[in-house]
Amino acid sequence: MGRVLLGNLFVGAPMTHAIAFQNFTLGYNQLPAVLHLQAEIAEGSLTAIVGPNGAGKSTLLKGVVNALSPISGRVSFGTVALEDIAYLPQQSEVDRSFPISVVELVAMGLWRKIGPFGRLGRADRTRIAEAISAVGLEGFELRPIGSLSSGQMQRALFARLLLQDARLVLLDEPFTAIDARTMADLIDIVRRWHGEGRTVLAVLHDFDVIRANFPETLMLARQLVAHGPTELVLTAENQFRARQMCEACAGPPHTCGRSAA
Amino acid sequence: MWEFVFAPFVDFGFMRRALLGCIAISVGATPVGVFLMLRRMSLTGDAMAHAILPGAAVGYLVSGLSLGAMTVGGLIAGMAVALLSGFVTRVTALREDASLAAFYLISLALGVLIVSTRGGNVDLMHVLFGTVLALNDAALILLCSIASLSVLTFALLFRPLVLECADPQFLRSVSGISAVTHFTFLALVVMNLVGGFHALGTLMAVGIMILPAAAARFWAASIGGLIVAAVVVALLSSLSGLLLSYHFGLPSGPAIILLAGLAYGVSLLLGPEGSLVASTLSRRTLKT
Repeated sequence: MGRVLLGNLFVGAPMTHAIAFQNFTLGYNQLPAVLHLQAEIAEGSLTAIVGPNGAGKSTLLKGVVNALSPISGRVSFGTVALEDIAYLPQQSEVDRSFPISVVELVAMGLWRKIGPFGRLGRADRTRIAEAISAVGLEGFELRPIGSLSSGQMQRALFARLLLQDARLVLLDEPFTAIDARTMADLIDIVRRWHGEGRTVLAVLHDFDVIRANFPETLMLARQLVAHGPTELVLTAENQFRARQMCEACAGPPHTCGRSAA
Repeated sequence: MWEFVFAPFVDFGFMRRALLGCIAISVGATPVGVFLMLRRMSLTGDAMAHAILPGAAVGYLVSGLSLGAMTVGGLIAGMAVALLSGFVTRVTALREDASLAAFYLISLALGVLIVSTRGGNVDLMHVLFGTVLALNDAALILLCSIASLSVLTFALLFRPLVLECADPQFLRSVSGISAVTHFTFLALVVMNLVGGFHALGTLMAVGIMILPAAAARFWAASIGGLIVAAVVVALLSSLSGLLLSYHFGLPSGPAIILLAGLAYGVSLLLGPEGSLVASTLSRRTLKT
């Protein structure tokens, strides 16, 4: 129904967006971190979100999963619903000292299927074993999560994402503080998701990684800087603009409205 | 041996009742304590115990040393503090520890005010320090019911509760059960503390909840292991505390808690998981 109201925004656009941001503004304590974002994420696209520190990248993902309510505007869900989204936050709130094993952590990816009371059937156990081996953690199943390195922990969280079997995957700086080999393995998984037609949105910093693996890029500096094919977005000019826009609104009294765009 | 350990229970009904009450508390309250510890909320237990005290005192002043009135009073005060502080945490920027502290201090001050206007009474000491050696049938039934309800709720809530502790963000992202889990857990804390104060007093009830859980941390690494170890520690300290108080004429509540404290001290030194001795030994093996 929302589409009818905002119909003019979609004139000429095919209705194949996974999600669309419509004048999306959100922030903390009424201080906006993302301003008037207008963008469509195409179904099946593999998009990197880039921008300077404080550009609102993580905030944007929180807004998508409704962990943060928008100040104005909305996320319109096209081909995916809120339940089809898997979200890996930046500093995962996982309590590493909590006494559960790798396999128990990974198995929770099946929550939507088993819920609080359902039992794990044989097929579920096979899927869990497959997910663990897909991220290269065979042999670590019974280790407590506290004994994992940060790279291994990230592998385990990716295994959980695999089990979530989500149509839209949101990753917030998934490759921070992990070694090159782990990163390569995890990127393979992201590419596999892309091959399977899932939509992936990932906040990233490493432009080389983005150029090599992410066809689409969305550059954010509180407001949208550019969105489109990676080679057209990751230009020196856009980066300069993004830095300027962020510096312009660094102080709390916001001077940057739409006029800065 | 027979004389020392078994004779008091064989000869005296009040000792058997005390033992049964302590078993119920050990089985019901210690798993709650384990989760409080795992969620780094050990001091929450203490705060809730203080929040219950005025409610129970008001119940006492309204209708005397009545089990029902004091239980209802304690439950109302405890639940109100738990709900209000949980609500404030979820809606405002104040963190849970601060909002809980605020509400339990208000509750405590209110309780002390009411008590002092109505004048003190020796019986009030029973509320503060418990009457484990004088448990009547109604109190025993209450303690056992609370323990049963608590164990059942744990069985139902186990998976969401573990996930709520280990990765709350994930639970919130896949399910709306997070808030329900949190408040049910707080309700379990309140319920067990209210049960505990009939036997051990409001001030001591939290001891049997937290100390065995803290001791268990040095004996087991898994959640199941922690719960079993904590219940065993609670049972042993209850039994030996009752015996000590019987043979040496000591107040039983503090004796039980002190023995749980002793168990904690021993575990801290000698337990196989990360105790002082265990970590010294493993450091030595690594070097060679």
